[in-house]
Amino acid sequence: MQPNLTHLFRTEYSKLVAVLCKTFGLTNIQLAEDIVSDTFIAAAETWGKKGLPDNQVAWLYTVAKNKTRDHMRRKKVFTDKIKVDIEHTSPNSTEMELDFSTQNIQDSQLQMIFAICHPSISEEAQIGLALRILCGFGIDEISAAFLSNKETINKRLFRAKEKLRKENIAIEFPKKEELSTRLETVLRTLYLLFNEGYYSISTNKSLRKDFCLEAMRLTLLLTRYSITDQPKVSALLSLMCFHASRFDARLDDSGEFVLYEDQDISRWDNALKEKGELYLNRSSTGEALSKYHLEAAIAFWHTEKEDTTEKWENILQLYNYLLQVEYSPVAALNRTYALAKANNKEEAIKEAKKINLAKNHLYHCLLAELYAKEEAPKALEHLETAFKLAKNEGDKNLIQRKIQALK
Amino acid sequence: MKEFMMIFRHEPNPAYQPSPQEIEAEIKKWQDWIGGIAAQGKFGSTNQLGYEGKTITPDGVVTDGPYAEIKEVVGGYVIVKAESLDEAIAMTKGCPIFDHGAKVEVRNIMQLEF
Repeated sequence: MQPNLTHLFRTEYSKLVAVLCKTFGLTNIQLAEDIVSDTFIAAAETWGKKGLPDNQVAWLYTVAKNKTRDHMRRKKVFTDKIKVDIEHTSPNSTEMELDFSTQNIQDSQLQMIFAICHPSISEEAQIGLALRILCGFGIDEISAAFLSNKETINKRLFRAKEKLRKENIAIEFPKKEELSTRLETVLRTLYLLFNEGYYSISTNKSLRKDFCLEAMRLTLLLTRYSITDQPKVSALLSLMCFHASRFDARLDDSGEFVLYEDQDISRWDNALKEKGELYLNRSSTGEALSKYHLEAAIAFWHTEKEDTTEKWENILQLYNYLLQVEYSPVAALNRTYALAKANNKEEAIKEAKKINLAKNHLYHCLLAELYAKEEAPKALEHLETAFKLAKNEGDKNLIQRKIQALK
Repeated sequence: MKEFMMIFRHEPNPAYQPSPQEIEAEIKKWQDWIGGIAAQGKFGSTNQLGYEGKTITPDGVVTDGPYAEIKEVVGGYVIVKAESLDEAIAMTKGCPIFDHGAKVEVRNIMQLEF
């Protein structure tokens, strides 16, 4: 695909699919995807021969409209299947006209987010569908990120779409009384989507960054709507901005992980850091303190490179609260590290021994970090255990480097 | 896992008027201790009780203060998850209330079946 078409695909695919699904219903999601794919194939062919049209987006919308009309004339699907659905939802629209107004695109996209991030769909399927339908990633890109093959991803998506169909999930805004819990599911999926990029085991750096940016774009979209513009949404966006501000510094050119202490500060993105602060401020209204607030505040302190007692004391207390809101092994380990920094190593080692995570390689990395040079034999022993437990190459390399440094 | 409630009991001391720094240090001690339980995935919930309160008797008499007839008051509670009472008791180690010479009562929470 031509470079600008690749870009357009990323931005327009999800919009086109959202509008088509909004019109046809989610049960016809495959049809919507087929029409949109056909539209892009037509664009590649036509633009390749005749050159780029002046307004490429408008071109895509027009062709998508025509293809939809052709499709319905050609196939009997209209009378057999879709017409029933359409008449069911909007009795007056016998003449099909797709509405590509900015308003309808945005509404459809937002409603699609709620439809896909639905509590009856498994988390794994939600993420797959979000990547494909909401972000417009190709099957090869998704399989590359998950270090999986296309066939597996295709099967996974197929099953997820079947589920959407079976559950008969409507494309609509959630009811007012359900909004809070539905939004919770959406945020969790966007958070995981971001982490998929940020902590992915893939070494494809640009792809990982794209995942993060897409998660941020969708979260930003939620802040633009009054009903979803809640403090915790801003908190999540703030968290993402802070993390993303270190994206370039934490991976080297070969996609290997760079330790926080070794990161080149000049590669931290100040503009993103400032955006993070902006949304953190925006999130500090209302009564509720979500885990995203706490994680965003922790991420904020991590953008302060200087090692002060104030910094680590704040991080420690934020982790203390975070763990009370929601336990996670990673938070438990990070809290123990902060304890060493804010209080002292002895206390942290004592606390580390209480947390039952001996099968987690990060647990042993933490203990090695706490024993450090002062108790090198113990540190080495833990690093060797960590090496055995680590599952992917990136982690193994990193542990190997630590072992070398200690020797 | 079962749930247990740690109940913190102490005798109020009106003479104890901590400075803001002392309060901050006290909060840190409590949060570090509770954070340690939470880091083991064994935290349930917690609440601190204030000093505003009245006691109501069966004959409708309302008396001032939660500590009209008893010296000790309940200052708050933490609910923890543990396999046994012994494990829950072990978790009280390092509880900042002991620094004030006060006590922790650990009780099992009954699981009612309906």
